[in-house]
Amino acid sequence: MTEPNDKPKVAFYWCASCGGCEEAVVDLAEGILDVVGAVDIVMWPVALDFKRADIEAMADGSILASFINGAIRTTEQEEMASLLRRKSKLVIAFGACSQLGGIPGLANLYDRDGIYRAAYLESPSTENPEGTLPRLRSRENGYELSLPGFYETVRALGQVIDVDYAIPGCAPHPKVIQSAVATLLSGELPPKETVLAPDQALCEECPRRESKPLDLSISEFKRPHEVLIDEETCLLAQGLLCLGPATRAGCDAACVCGNMPCSGCSGPTSRVVDHGAKAISGIASLIGGDDEEAIDRVLEGIPDPVGTFYRYGLPASLLRRKTLS
Amino acid sequence: MPEKAEQTAQEPQADPTNQTSAEGFEPRIVALFCNWCTYMAADLAGTSRMRYAPNVRVVRVMCSGRIDPQFVMHAFSRGADGVLIGGCHPGDCHYQEGNYKALRRFRLLRRVIESLGIERERLRLEWISASEADRLRKVADEMAADIRALGPLQLSIPAEDFPTAEGADAELPSPEIAEEAAAKEVAVP
Repeated sequence: MTEPNDKPKVAFYWCASCGGCEEAVVDLAEGILDVVGAVDIVMWPVALDFKRADIEAMADGSILASFINGAIRTTEQEEMASLLRRKSKLVIAFGACSQLGGIPGLANLYDRDGIYRAAYLESPSTENPEGTLPRLRSRENGYELSLPGFYETVRALGQVIDVDYAIPGCAPHPKVIQSAVATLLSGELPPKETVLAPDQALCEECPRRESKPLDLSISEFKRPHEVLIDEETCLLAQGLLCLGPATRAGCDAACVCGNMPCSGCSGPTSRVVDHGAKAISGIASLIGGDDEEAIDRVLEGIPDPVGTFYRYGLPASLLRRKTLS
Repeated sequence: MPEKAEQTAQEPQADPTNQTSAEGFEPRIVALFCNWCTYMAADLAGTSRMRYAPNVRVVRVMCSGRIDPQFVMHAFSRGADGVLIGGCHPGDCHYQEGNYKALRRFRLLRRVIESLGIERERLRLEWISASEADRLRKVADEMAADIRALGPLQLSIPAEDFPTAEGADAELPSPEIAEEAAAKEVAVP
């Protein structure tokens, strides 16, 4: 790409994430060729060899859109997010980690020392007899080496830089990505901070919707491996904890179609502030039993309530993290 | 608002940072009372010139079943030290079973806030009927005392305020864990 071209410039970047969002882009299959044809990709660490210096050399605001996936855990991630913010007209939080904090955000149930202890000292798979820990600066063979700082708390992208739009999902569904990109390229931009996916609950597009009873009373929560799941009946009606009623649509109920209950990766709709709290509201009201003992018995079936209701959104929730003692 | 009969009772000192030391600390308790029972009880307490802890700030909702767990999270995130939910006794709900829904949400919500490091005493649900002004007084005083003993709720991240340099320049690794790592070195043959 030596010739200058006037195609809009687009950047992809990753922060605290698993790579699934990169996969999601590749999952566009032939569709990605249309995207590549329409834009000039100026950064994409997973696929192209552009460096930070290349971005730094660009004029401010010269990138049309930066798609940033992953949560913010280290100082380096914050620096890159801020750099891309400066160089871009639009920043899109791509995927659940970036939008809400995601799975890495569950680290907010621990403090930094606890994470170091688990990762470098105590986990059964850790082989570290000398107790080596990452250091901001160290010397090796006469060279001064440095590592990024490690924040105590994981943040969503919008808690670090100004974000224009979000594309939800873990990872975003190809259909959602395609329609979001089409919206952005159309020139008719929606209001800032719009989540570029349908603004309704997953139940609305769930193929099992017709079988959801009007009045549901759950006497026992079951885990998917414990039951033979009927493939057509509403999963909640079968005692499986499905977050569809509290979660944004757009994924065509992909998990539910695969006999797995919705775990809430697309986050809340625009009317909800705290996804987990709203899911707690909806699911708890379905519990059968009118007294404390009966209710608690049913709740035994949800052994990890924070991990269940805040699986993708603890940093973006109202309380953000577990209190530090 | 129910009348507060005793105007002599001191309003707790407003402390925007919520960093009050345990001494002289007056908890802020957000009370979400249902219109038909507990709010009426608070009204009765007022007209009967009863005195109860002025730490309790009452918000009237039509039914305890209307209380979205988001309300509770919001109160905690904005500086409440405790949240008190009041509804009609089982069987007495004006809307048949709103209070049962409140109970189910409360049982689950309390597990969640405990997992997030918030003591269980900071969230309380009580059934108080319209005639039980004395019980309301007892619950309010009790809860204020419990939370006064616990001290202020110290959330690690205040609402709307993510400090950007939070911990980034701190010594890495921290002296505590470095010490643990060093101890490990000795222990391994």
